[in-house]
Formats: sequence, structure tokens, C-alpha cells
Amino acid sequence: MSKIVAKTGNEAMAEAMRQINPDVVAAYPITPATEIVMIFAKYVADGLVDTNFVAVESEHSAMSACVGASAAGVRVMTGTSSQGLCLMYEILPIAAALRLPIVMCDVNRAISGPINIHCDHSDTMAARDFGWLQIFSENSQEAYDSLIQAIRIAEDPRVHLPTMVTTDGFIISHCLDKIEILDDKDVTAFIGQDRKANNRLLDLKNPTSVGLLDLQDYYFEHRVPVAQAMKDSKKVILEVADEFAKKFGRKYGLIEEYKLADAEVAIVALGSTCGTAKVVIDELRAKGVKAGMLKIRVFRPFPAEEIVKALSNVKALAVLDRSDTWSAQGGQVFTEIRSAFYEAAKKPKITNFIYGLGGREIDLPQLHTVFESLKNIDKQPVVQYLGVRE
Amino acid sequence: MASLKELSTRKDPLTGGHRMCPGCGAPIVVRQILMASKDPVVVVSATGCLEVSTTIFPYSAWTVPFLHNAFENAGATMSGVEAAYQNLKKKGKMTEHVNFVAFGGDGGTYDIGLQSLSGAMERGHDMLYVCYNNEAYMNTGVQRSGATPMGANTTTEPAGKVLQGKREWRKDLTEIMVAHSIPYVAQGIIGNWSDLTRKAEKAFSIRGPKFINVLQPCRLGWGYKPDSTLELARRAYETCVWPVYEVENGVYKISKPKEKKPVVEYLKGQDRFRHLFKPGNEKLIADIQAEVDRRWNLLLAKEATK
Repeated sequence: MSKIVAKTGNEAMAEAMRQINPDVVAAYPITPATEIVMIFAKYVADGLVDTNFVAVESEHSAMSACVGASAAGVRVMTGTSSQGLCLMYEILPIAAALRLPIVMCDVNRAISGPINIHCDHSDTMAARDFGWLQIFSENSQEAYDSLIQAIRIAEDPRVHLPTMVTTDGFIISHCLDKIEILDDKDVTAFIGQDRKANNRLLDLKNPTSVGLLDLQDYYFEHRVPVAQAMKDSKKVILEVADEFAKKFGRKYGLIEEYKLADAEVAIVALGSTCGTAKVVIDELRAKGVKAGMLKIRVFRPFPAEEIVKALSNVKALAVLDRSDTWSAQGGQVFTEIRSAFYEAAKKPKITNFIYGLGGREIDLPQLHTVFESLKNIDKQPVVQYLGVRE
Repeated sequence: MASLKELSTRKDPLTGGHRMCPGCGAPIVVRQILMASKDPVVVVSATGCLEVSTTIFPYSAWTVPFLHNAFENAGATMSGVEAAYQNLKKKGKMTEHVNFVAFGGDGGTYDIGLQSLSGAMERGHDMLYVCYNNEAYMNTGVQRSGATPMGANTTTEPAGKVLQGKREWRKDLTEIMVAHSIPYVAQGIIGNWSDLTRKAEKAFSIRGPKFINVLQPCRLGWGYKPDSTLELARRAYETCVWPVYEVENGVYKISKPKEKKPVVEYLKGQDRFRHLFKPGNEKLIADIQAEVDRRWNLLLAKEATK
């Protein structure tokens, strides 16, 4: 039987990990993700899971051990944030290139410097080009549901790519939320008892060499399939989401449209901000403003076609980025959306707001300001910073 | 130790035709270590000469399961492999004993991979880590490492008009590993196969973390004729430049040369030390001799205090 409980995002992710019961977890403490592995370590200590937990001496070693364990053919998970994710960067593309379905709980946190422990998306966005699937969560329930789905997605033979499921540091990770926890048996049945290994270093009878030197004559051919798998993963994400919806009732997509059907002004956002934006949109709708939102749940693979289709009738669009590319061309979400619209016959005017860096609060009045600016979008700069003191 | 006849029947972990240099000691290290295993082995290699030369896709010289991840993480990578194995064993999905062996060069072990190695040893994984120590970053073209001996010419601390090669004494990694209080630590050379293979055999008989540091002459970086690799390794032993010893549960056992030869006997055959023989550099050689003596005596004292 499923049950309704109050859980923080970290507790919800740890609970999903208990139910997933991975074979190996290798992790290192970092705020605000530490709690996930702390709770999980207690599950190990209490014998509630069969996991071999490797309490490594750094995140670099965490990801390295994950690669080793996943290459050995077992189900592997980890969790981290910010600097920890940064320390993993070197190994993240290796995990993808070796087609290892490692699943990571990633709690979004600003990257140094200056050092800061609060939410923005700079850590995760900087990892967008490493061949990992990236799923964002609006709340604890989504984080919990997506983590379970991520196992299926990553291990699907059409994908075989590592996957990170993110929550927003403190905003989701540390705030209590009402969520539905599925029955243990249902989770096991949904993900399958064991990983169907695509890569078994421990197959002693058929020795394989993994991670070879790949020069001009083969490297390219080994990288391009990652792009293809990323492309193919869209279908798998939707199939898994459909099956999840049929079994458990909650429906997920690559994107979520909120009152977009007739919207004239809209925003695009990721993560916890979407919850706040829904309130603002309801307020605007009550005043007769045709406002809407497109929430990106899956940032990798990037749902370009779906986004273009969903937003083509919008007149003015503000893309909200909780990170910056520091290119003077806007945030990661903005640049990708603008690029996605290049060939579109019908497209909105698009502006970019970079907000909430280092955990700076995003509140209702600020989001009203964003919608207000869309009234005269032609006068807006391409990129502006929202909520920063001059 | 297993008889030579028996050892000769064991599977060669490396095929011929790998692309290591003629006279390279690294594959000798691999063979002398792995032939000691009567059980299946799984190998992880750090980025380095051994890895790049044996695994140029679509070829692999490895006949045993092999994984390369990155440069500084052989210890951590093997931690993951071993954890996966322990999990499969716990669940009854694997039954045979497997010896897990990580290989790293001195750059990947003394320097960039030290943390990863230290963590793996401290956590007690059942693995043997072997450093094939050629005393510089040979794969990238002879740059100095923490293992490079004082006075050696390298491309990042070259001998010039003012400086005479590396100015610092090498770090004593073997003793750092001893300080981890792991069950077995050893130092060996490739010039005495039975000793090194016996050490590996002992390591494989012990459960938990083990470390062996093998001096591996590099004919390219050290500058000598390819046929003197083993001879040069033996001279390192005879001069006590590279003591051959083991530390089992904290107890030292040193292989003492019959006659301790002067360090010049070791230095003179190598291009990397050639500048030390120029007039005016006598003191450097004397300093090297004094440091070798100091370290040797320290080691003897450790053996004496049981």
C-alpha cells in the first residue's frame, strides 16, 4: 500500500533509494545533499537495504567508484551538490561514454566563488554537456517519482546513459512537503529486481577491456552514439512516464504546460520556481491576463521540438534562468530556447531573466514584474538580472 | 611459492604485440605480479604508459578483465569494482575468489592519484595496488614527479647552466602506505622475478588492502640501452638506492644486498644523471650517497625494532 507522508526532498530521495535498493552507493558529504546519503547510510546500518556503501574520500572518488561498480554490471547510485558535482566533472563524461546507467541525486546549489550553500542551477547547468540525462523537480513528490523512473530510463538498452535527478537546494531538499510514497513491492516491480547489465567487467569467462585509448580513427564513432542515445531517450522517458502514470496515477512529460493553451504572455522555468509561478499565473488569470508557463522537467535531452510547439502561439516569452553562462548572451535555458526557435515559422518575442543566484529569493512580486515587462517586450534588454541590488 | 613449472602454465595476462617500448619494464611488472595469482584477476589501470600502450582501440593486449577510467582514480575505481563484487558475492551471484589488482605509474600514484589510493587503502578494500614506478611522467615526456630522485634530469626540472636537475628528495610513498597500517606493503624490483612474484603471491594470500611499489627502469626517460633494464633495477637494489623489503602487519623484512655498493655504480649508467659527473657536481653525488645511507639506516632501524 502506498502512503501519504510528510518528507523533505532529501528524505524523499533517500526513501526512493531505499526502495530502489541499489547494489553499490559511493558518496561523499556536501551540503545540501549530505542528508540523502546520511539517511541512506542508516538504512545500510540497519540492514534495510542490501547495498555496499562506499564512503569515499571525495566526490571525484565517488564518481570514480561509481564508474568501477557500474562497469562491473551492478546498479549504482550516488548523490551530490555544487562543488561536489564540480569535482566529479572529469569523470561524468567517462560514465556517459562507457554507457553506464549510474543514477545521481543532485541537489542544485550555487558553485563557488564566493562560496555559497544555497540554491541556484549553476552546478547542474555546467554539467549539461557531459552526456548525462538531467531531470529537474518542482517538489519532493516529483523528485521521488523521477528518481524511481530514472533507474528504468538509464538502464533501458536504448539509453544506457547516466542520469541525474535534481532538486533545488534547501527550497526542496530541506522543506517538508506532503508526498505519496509507493509500496516497496510496487517500486521493485516497476524498476525490476536487478539491472540487466550491458557491461560486465566481472564476466570472468569472457574477459573484456573497458575504457580503451580511442584515437582519431574511432573516438568520433564512439561519441556520436551518445548523441543518438540521448535523442532516443526522449521516447523512453515518455514510455516510462506513461507506465508510471498508469500504475501510480501521476503523469509526467518532458515538459509541463501550465495554462499555455491560450496564453499570450508566458514564462519558462525549471525546478521549485515553477510552483511559485503557478500562483502568479493564477492571480494574473483572475485579472484577465492570458498568462501561462512552460516548465522544463527534462533538460537533457533538451525537448526543443516540444518547447517550440508548446510556445508557438505565445506573443511574449520570458525565460527564467537560475544560472548564467557568463557569455553576455544569457543563461543556458534561454540560449537553448532561442536557438530552438530559429527555424520556427511562428515564434514569440523572447527575453531572458537571470534570477535567484546563490539562493536569492524569488517571490510573487518579482514574478509579477517579469510578466509586467512582457507587455512591452520590445523595450526589454536581451538579458537582465532579476532581484539583484544595483 | 608456486614452482616455476606451475607458474609457466598460468595464463599470460598480456599478449605479445602490445606497444610498450623495447626494453620497457612495465609489462615485466604486470607479468611478474599477475603470474602469482592462482585465481582469476580483474585489472584497473590508471592513465599512463601501460594503459595507452596496451589498449589502443580496436586492440587490447589484456587477456584478463581490464578497466581504465582516468589518471588519478585507479584506487577509487577499483574500490567500486570490488564493492560490486562483494555485493554480488553477498547475494550468491558470484562464488569464485577474484584478485583485484590496480596498476598506476608513479605520477598516477605518488602525485595525482595519492588521495584516491589513500582512501581505497583506508577503507580496507580487498585489492592489491601496484605502482610501476619509473620515477617520472614518462607517458607525457619525462616530467618530474614526486617519485623522481634528487639530481635527475627531467623535462620540467632539467639540468641547465644554473640548476642540476631535480632539487628535491623523492617522497617515500612506501612508508606512507606503511603508515596506513594495511596488512601488507612491499617494495620490489623487476630484476629479481622470484622475489617480486613471491611478494605478489603473499599479497594475494591476504584479504584486505595491499600495496607494492616496484622500481621499473625506463629506458627512454632514464637513458640507457634497452637490454639493461633488469640489470639497472638490480643495481638500484645493490646500492640500496631502492631497498627491497616488505612490511607484513607492521613487521619489516629487508632483503639486504651481499655488499652495499656505492651509488655511483647506479648513477653512472644513466643519461638522466650524466650531468652529475661534471666537474663541480661532486657534492651532489656525495649528498645523494649520504641521503641513500640515511634512508637505508632508518629502514634497518625499523626492522630492528620489532
